[in-house]
Formats: sequence, C-alpha cells, structure tokens
Amino acid sequence: MRERSGTPNLHESVGTMLKGMARLISRVHKLDRGRFLHTGTRIPQSIAGHLDNQAPVESPRAISRTSESDPVKHGEQQEGQHYNIPHQDLKTVFPHGLPPRFLMQVKTFSEACLMVRKPALELLQYLKNTNFAHPAVRYILYGEKGTGKTLSLCHVVHFCAKQDWLILHIPDALRWVKNCRDLLQSTHNKQRLDQPLEASTWLKNFKTSNERFLSQIKVQEKYVWNKRESTEKGSPLGEVVEQGITRVRNATDAVGIVLKELKRQSSSGLFHVLVAVDGVNALWGRTTLRREDKSVIAPEELALIHNLRKMVKNDWNGGAIVLTLSQTGSLFKPRTAYLPQELLGKEGFDALDPFIPILVSNYSPKEFESCIQYYLENNWLQHEKAPTEEGRKELLFLSNANPGQLERLCAYL
Amino acid sequence: MAAPCVFCGAAGFYRFFLGSRVPLAQRQGIWKAAAAAELQTGTRSQIVRLKHVTVVTTKKNVAASRHETYTADFIKKQLEEFNIGKRHLANMMGEDPETFTQEDIDRAVVYLFPSGLFEKRARPVMKHPDHIFPKQRAIQWGEDGRPFHFLFYTGKQSYYSLMHEAYGKLLDIEKRQNQLQAEGLDLEKTKTKDLIGSRWLIKEELEEMLVEKLSDQDYAQFIRLLERFSTLRCGAAEEEFVQRFRKSITIQSKKQLIEPLQYDDQGMAFSTSEGKRKSAKAEVVVYERGNGKIKVNGVDYLLYFPVTQDREQLMFPFHFLDRLGKHDMNCTVSGGGRSAQAGAIRLATAKALCSFVTEDEVEWMRQAGLLTTDPRVRERKKPGQEGARRKFTWKKR
Repeated sequence: MRERSGTPNLHESVGTMLKGMARLISRVHKLDRGRFLHTGTRIPQSIAGHLDNQAPVESPRAISRTSESDPVKHGEQQEGQHYNIPHQDLKTVFPHGLPPRFLMQVKTFSEACLMVRKPALELLQYLKNTNFAHPAVRYILYGEKGTGKTLSLCHVVHFCAKQDWLILHIPDALRWVKNCRDLLQSTHNKQRLDQPLEASTWLKNFKTSNERFLSQIKVQEKYVWNKRESTEKGSPLGEVVEQGITRVRNATDAVGIVLKELKRQSSSGLFHVLVAVDGVNALWGRTTLRREDKSVIAPEELALIHNLRKMVKNDWNGGAIVLTLSQTGSLFKPRTAYLPQELLGKEGFDALDPFIPILVSNYSPKEFESCIQYYLENNWLQHEKAPTEEGRKELLFLSNANPGQLERLCAYL
Repeated sequence: MAAPCVFCGAAGFYRFFLGSRVPLAQRQGIWKAAAAAELQTGTRSQIVRLKHVTVVTTKKNVAASRHETYTADFIKKQLEEFNIGKRHLANMMGEDPETFTQEDIDRAVVYLFPSGLFEKRARPVMKHPDHIFPKQRAIQWGEDGRPFHFLFYTGKQSYYSLMHEAYGKLLDIEKRQNQLQAEGLDLEKTKTKDLIGSRWLIKEELEEMLVEKLSDQDYAQFIRLLERFSTLRCGAAEEEFVQRFRKSITIQSKKQLIEPLQYDDQGMAFSTSEGKRKSAKAEVVVYERGNGKIKVNGVDYLLYFPVTQDREQLMFPFHFLDRLGKHDMNCTVSGGGRSAQAGAIRLATAKALCSFVTEDEVEWMRQAGLLTTDPRVRERKKPGQEGARRKFTWKKR
C-alpha cells in the first residue's frame, strides 16, 4: 500500500557493486564475511551512510553466518547462525543423508550451510557427555511437519563424524517399507523377505562414509553365503560389505551381518557407534508392500526392518541412537499427527520406551531473521520488498516461522 | 366464514399460477378474490365459474392489454375495490381495518398465498392501483375537439410547459437580482449545500413524472436549465421547485456497522464478528494486543490451511492495515470448502478490525472490497443441460 520511495537507480548500481565485491571478498576473508555482506544488503536509505564508514559496525540484526565449520565447537553463541559444511565432508559424511530439497539448495548456492539450532545443540551436549559404559541412550527428534528434524539429525551426524564415530545413517527408513520393486524370499530365514536393491544402495553409501573402519573391524564368525563363497572368521568387515555390493542377492543378509557385528563389537571400546535413523516410525507401522498373492506384508517380515529393530534396541553400549519421526512419508497416519505416541503406535512406543524426546519447533524470531539474512546474502530473494520490514512480516505471517514452509515460499521469490 | 374465504383464496391461487407475465391478470384476479369474499351470497360453484370466465378472457387479450387505456372511471373503480378488499383482508387476518398498512397487506398475502416461485414479480401481490397501472394521460381535448393545454400542438406539452415555467422563474430571479443590485443590497449566499447528497432525476424518472416520452437532448437541456438556478440566489419557492427534481442519495459507507469493543477478564480489548462465503460461516475474535498468532478451530492456521493461497487470504486484512504482527486471533469456521472457509474468515476479520481502526481506514477497506460479502454462490443446474452452463454435446444427426 504505502511504498517507500527510495532512489532506485542509486540503489541498484550500488547494490550490484557491493554484492559483486562481496562475492569476491567472501572467498578470501571468511571472518569479515558476515558483517560486510550484512551491511551490503541493508535498505536503500542507509547505503549512502555505509559507503562512507567502511569500518565494520555491529548491526542490530543477528549475523547469519558463523565461521565455525566444526560442529564440535558449536555452542550457545552460534545459535541461529549458519555454518558451512566443507565439500569433502559432504561427500564422505553425507553420501545419502541430506533431504532432496536441501541438496537442491546446496547445488544452487554451491555451498552447504546448516543452521545451528537449539534442539541440535541440546543433543550435542548430551552426546558429549555420554557414558559409553551404559546402554545406548535413545533420543527421538519429533515435531510438526517441516520444522527441521532431518537437518538437525544431519548436524548431529556431522558432529559424530568429526569425532570419529562410526555412523550408521539410514536416511529414510520409510523408503524401505514402500514402493519396493523386487522382494526375494530370504535365504537366511524362510519367513522373511529380502530387499536387494535398497540394501545394496545402503551398503554402498555406508562404505563411502565409513571407509576407515571397514578395515579395522574384524568379523567374529564365519558366514557362508552360498556353496562357493564364504567369509572367514577374522576377516575385515569390508569384505562383507563388498560381498553385499557385488552379490546383490545377499545384500540384505550382508546388512544384517554388519549390524550384528557392530552391535557386538561396539562395547569393546575401540570405536563408538552412532545409529541415526530418519523416519523410525516406519519400523512399527504398516507397509504398502504385498506378496504375489496380494496379502499384506507386516514390517517384521522384512529382513531389513527386523535387523534394524534389533539395532535400535538399547541392549548394547558404546554409542548412541538418534531417531527422527516423520509424518511426511508415513503410511496411513493422519496429516496432523506428530507426537511419538501417535506416529509410533503402541507397539513402537513400547519398544522404544525409555527414550529422551527432543521437540523441534518452528523458528524463533532470531532464527527467522537469520534465515532471511542468509537468503538475502545468497541473492535468493529477488523481490524488491523482500529485504524490507514489511516483506519480512509478510513472510513471517505466511510461513508462521516454519522452516519448510519458508523455504518453499522463498523459492518463488 | 373461514372456509369459503380460504377456498376463494385457493381458487385465486390457481389464477396466479396460470397467470401470464402480464401482471394485470394477476392483480385483477386477486381483487376478484377479495371482491368475491365480499359477495358471500353465491355458492362456491358459482364463484368458481365466475373465476374461470375471467381467466379465459384476460388470457386471450394478452397482446391487446399492453396498449389498453384505462379510463378514469376504471381506475376509480379499481381504487374502491382495493380499499374494500383491504378492509376485508384486515378482517380475515383479525386486524383493525382502520390501521391496516401496505406492509400488513404484503404480509397477509404472503401468508395466505405462499408461493414457491423464485421470481418475485410473479408472486401474488395486492397494491394500490397507482402502483400497478401505469400512469396514463386523461383525454387532452374537450368535446369540441379543442385541446385544453396551449402547448398541445408542440407534441410534448408537459415538457415544454415545464421548461417554460422554469425559464419564467429564472427571469423573475434575474429581475429581482438586478433590482437588488440597483438598490445596492447585495447579500452573498452560497447554494452548494443543496447539491451535496442528492442527484438530479434520471431521464426515466422524469418521463414517469411527466407521463411523456423525452429524448436525450430534451433531458440534457432541462438539466442545464435547472443548473442555472444554482448560480443565482433564489428564494424559497424557487428552491422548492428545484428540489422537486432532485433525489437524495445516502452515502454507502455510512451503512457499515462498527462492532463495539468488548473487554474480557484481563482487560484486553477484543472484537467479534462473523463472515460468510458460499456455504462457509466463520466467527472470529480479534484481540487488540498480540503476537500475530492465529488459531482456527483450535488448530494453528499453518496446519489448518496448508495451502499458501488460503493463508494469503487470511493475511490480506492485516496487511492492508499494516497490522501484521499486532493482533491475536481465534476463529471458528464450518461448512464450505477450504477456499470458502478462508474467504469467510477474511471477511469476518475485516469486519472485526473495523472497531480498532479509524473511519477513514474503514472506508478504504470498503473500497478495497474487504467488507463486502461475496454474493457468488453455486449456480443451479438446469434441466436439458449438463451443468449450469454446459450444454449437452451437440450432435448434428
């Protein structure tokens, strides 16, 4: 309704100049980045003022970036700020972990920045203080749709990778209970069913993320695959993984073996295991898979699910279990369900019973500002009104500070 | 007494149903019903036969009745019948015949002859003859063939006589003004206040008044002449003459009801209002101070309206008034679909915000269309068509 009449030409030219300079300088000076870019994206009237005093001014709005790219050192100060994940870490730690929309954003901005938020910080605190002699503690991240549970999980995974833990990251357990093309009858146990494709992809990604452990850990039993192939006792775990990848038929069994071995050996103290499962309500829900005779398959009958359930039970020590609930891909659950009781069902809740729930909620005002700042810095918001107060209020109203909604809204701007 | 009357009513009802678009037949019919009640002597069958006769005759003369001239006697007779019928109707309804107004007549007719017709003009009606029969001129010339009015041979006698009269008055005023100027008594008086809040009669209304056809140029000429009055100082008689041709218009926005503010236990001011859209009804409570939290049916608005378009509708009143994060809101909504519910809440919010906002802003909101109930409803499906507008596939053979 009432538009601020600035000096458009001056703004455009100065703005582009500043942004261009900022882009060049950002590669070189990481520390000053936040402040400099921030002053560059202020509203038009203040640009002339800032051109004059180039001395960095502590702006009243939160700085959206932090230079700490090591999650180990993240603390309360970095709350609400984005930290950059280096490209090498991306390839090794997250071969399959990041959600697809986030991957698109990473590709667009050519950098992966995660926001440090309170639930993740809380979790990191707990993990730093874990007592590895006690049974593994289960943490469940729950919350409304689009509040950032999966990305918090990724933050935790990055932290544990930096601390040299062995990461068992199942990016989306819900993908294992629906839309599977081929199900084979399991060789190991006649009643169960195998999912060769999913198992083999997971094994490949597991290999990329945990290369160094695969040679260290030795198998403690002899496993016979078929008449000709077998794995001897004492051979490295890497062999089992290779077997699973090459012989797709045995992939599910390979996964089962990996999980069993890790569980057994984690209490030895050589390494710590982090079990990170996204969409854990898949393990106790229903499946959409049917056998050839159109009878429904229960989750227990899938070998992958069965083994994963055993992993998620807290009868082992030497690590931690971090789980996320997800309504988005869940089957046969109402859209508004987000509490553990609702999504896990009675069976799942009882199975996971002593757990620490961590609520992930919408952005606080500070986090919201930081997110908008980040988008502005990356030139993602092209609308003229986006950097103004009115624009922010509009975005806040329309997204109600929900991270997922905000991201989808900003995609159009 | 009740039985024959009701039967008359019922018989009369058939006529209205059969009645063609010509209102005459119906109006005459109902007077016949009233008149027949007055008879009370004849048997039922006689009355029925009488009725059928009248139906047949009027139906045959449908084409002719449009140019039918009504004599003064005829109109007088109709008027008498109307008055008598009114008294009988009052008697039937158990009310006092002396104080039986037109609204009472309408209510009585709606009660006695309930009609399922959608077209309001096709329903039974009982009104004063002046409302029903179009005004017609009496014969303009005497027995010797000589016209009464001196301007008869102009063809538009009433129009020209009116122009003549107006111009005469103008000349009088000018003469008086010149006299006053010569005497040196000049009093300043502005005339603008008469013109605000009223408008000139439109051409149709003027034609109705003069009972004569006018052309557009005639009308324009007349209005120009009347406007000359506003430039001069006139006396009371001339003002009254000009006011005869002006109609007052009420300013639309004054009709907007502003809800009073209510205060709850903690002293927070809040305002409630309702809104409708298609078949969705919403009731909204807007609190004066808040964070911008909105709850719909107990659920957060982000969860209730996952579609961005609906949330934009909710945002519109707040954004328009620049009060985006300043109010808390609690709504209940039912019926309709998701878009209709969003529209209903939007209307209710706008109405509720009226009480927190200045009158100017209320006017701006009205002009923006925030305070108008959207009259669009689902159009009925017609027989012979597949939908409301879609026809069946046309096949050549």
